[in-house]
Amino acid sequence: MATMFAESALNARNKKVQGLVKTLFMLMTLLLIIPVAIILGTLVYKGGGIISIDFLFTYPTDGMTAGGIFPALLGTVWLVSVALLASVPIGIAAAIYLSEYAPDNWSTRAINLAIINLAGVPSIVHALFGVGAFVIFFGFGTSILSASLTLAIMTLPVVIVSTRESLQAVPPAFREACWNMGATRWQAIRKVVLPNAVTGILTGVILEVSRTSGETAPIMFTGAAFFLPFLPQGIFDQTMAMSLHLFVVSTQVPGVPEELPYGVALVLIAMVLLMNSLSIGFRMYLRGKKKW
Amino acid sequence: MGNTAASAEQPDNQAGIAIQTDQLNLWYGTFQALFDVNLAIRKGIITSLIGPSGCGKSTFLRSVNRINERLGYVRISGTIEVFDQNIYDQDVELIQVRKQVGMVFQRPNPLPVSIRDNILFGHRLHNKDRRYSRSEEEEILEGALQQVLLWDKVKDMLDRKATELSLEEQQKLCIARLLPVKPTVLLMDEPCSALDPKGTAAVEELIWELRGKYTILIVTHNMAQARRASEECIFMLMGKVVEHSLTEQLFVTPASRETANYIEGRYG
Ligand SMILES: Nc1ncnc2c1ncn2[C@@H]1O[C@H](COP(=O)(O)OP(=O)(O)O)[C@@H](O)[C@H]1O
Ligand SMILES: [Mg+2]
Repeated sequence: MATMFAESALNARNKKVQGLVKTLFMLMTLLLIIPVAIILGTLVYKGGGIISIDFLFTYPTDGMTAGGIFPALLGTVWLVSVALLASVPIGIAAAIYLSEYAPDNWSTRAINLAIINLAGVPSIVHALFGVGAFVIFFGFGTSILSASLTLAIMTLPVVIVSTRESLQAVPPAFREACWNMGATRWQAIRKVVLPNAVTGILTGVILEVSRTSGETAPIMFTGAAFFLPFLPQGIFDQTMAMSLHLFVVSTQVPGVPEELPYGVALVLIAMVLLMNSLSIGFRMYLRGKKKW
Repeated sequence: MGNTAASAEQPDNQAGIAIQTDQLNLWYGTFQALFDVNLAIRKGIITSLIGPSGCGKSTFLRSVNRINERLGYVRISGTIEVFDQNIYDQDVELIQVRKQVGMVFQRPNPLPVSIRDNILFGHRLHNKDRRYSRSEEEEILEGALQQVLLWDKVKDMLDRKATELSLEEQQKLCIARLLPVKPTVLLMDEPCSALDPKGTAAVEELIWELRGKYTILIVTHNMAQARRASEECIFMLMGKVVEHSLTEQLFVTPASRETANYIEGRYG
């Protein structure tokens, strides 16, 4: 009876198109997930067997064809931590300046453009810069410090851009509210802007952690070693690192059992995922507390 | 009501003028938004500012507490005196201007913290060295909320987020949180335009209550509101002041053709 609301031919066609589009987009999403699933699956399948407490906490033996990965694991923690210590404060300070203080003029725009371009510089170029600047010019030698600073420079743009974006996502009205009660810019930033931007800032840091722990080229010439029979004692020592170790056992050393590189890769990915989920958990906790 | 949150004394000057501008021009980059604005706004009364959208009402208001300045490209010539002090003088401290001249915006903008922290925000900023006791803070809190007729409503929920309040209550809160800083001038930029008729009436009533204690300059494009709730009225058109007179006079016997057209609703 519902003649008035009956489906017309045009309705039917639109509905069909709508269904097609939806299916297509869903397929694209699946396409995105499949490689990730295959990678993780293969790693677990081929490398899962080798993972053990011993594997994590002992040295490589027999010319790196057996034993564990402890020096590389610890080395990556060193490299990432020192890189974060350098890039997070600098990146956040720069982002605050650019977002909250810098006037909107051509030089600010030029700086912003430079930052975006910096993010696109290939990591091998950063590596060579690191050798020139930190290893040779500043005389830090091949060391954790040189390698971490190289990583820091490479990831700085990510931190700056994501921090700036989360600062700008805080409504301008909040700042005006503060200024109108006679707050200085800094008081407004500290009391209102930063607390409301912190979850976004953390996202940038998460990204940086992921990227930093997997990079190989920038640390290869600046501080990471193929093999070291001892652990680093400080930032002026060289270190092994997970990413380089993976490269070495996959391509540079003959006679490595197949499961070893898979195991190394699995641990590396697990580290990144673990750090990411910790940060995401922390973000969700903070987000739950905020409301506007 | 706690007297801590009462308004500071309105300074005395012979003319009884709170805000005086002399040949005020303002440019956004190359675009001129204000042209030779000469105004004398009397202290202790409510003056409303009307005119079609885009005529420079907000621009004028925002130059009276220098909040326009954060845009790097705003340029100004002429003077704005607040109680005989040119606020654009070299030796004027911006923070002191902002404390004297509070502003309320179109959309209520409570900070995303508790009601208590909103009200005490300004107070705490300016009294860092003097440790205020809890009871003094409570007194300031109650005083400010009493003045905006909000105390009875929120006294049992002071630690709730201010953003949970209704828009009307949020706007009252935004007025209240200016008061502990002891301003002498309150600027309001269409403070009721985000509110429903009931909220509008309530906030209007509040503004009327504050008359005498503060010099109030209120932008509105609601003609009825200007007529109801102000003593003097300024009509602006395309960046210029067309007419400034007693509200009743402006509405009944406007001196200028343009004013008459506007209040009869022929444009805007
Ligand atoms: N931040 C700004 N940058 C550039 N032009 C602006 C800015 N703010 C306002 N203007 C322009 O100045 C004129 C006056 O605006 P405004 O003061 O907001 O008018 P009103 O409040 O009376 O509607 C308008 O033409 C507007 O486009
Ligand atoms: Mg306006």
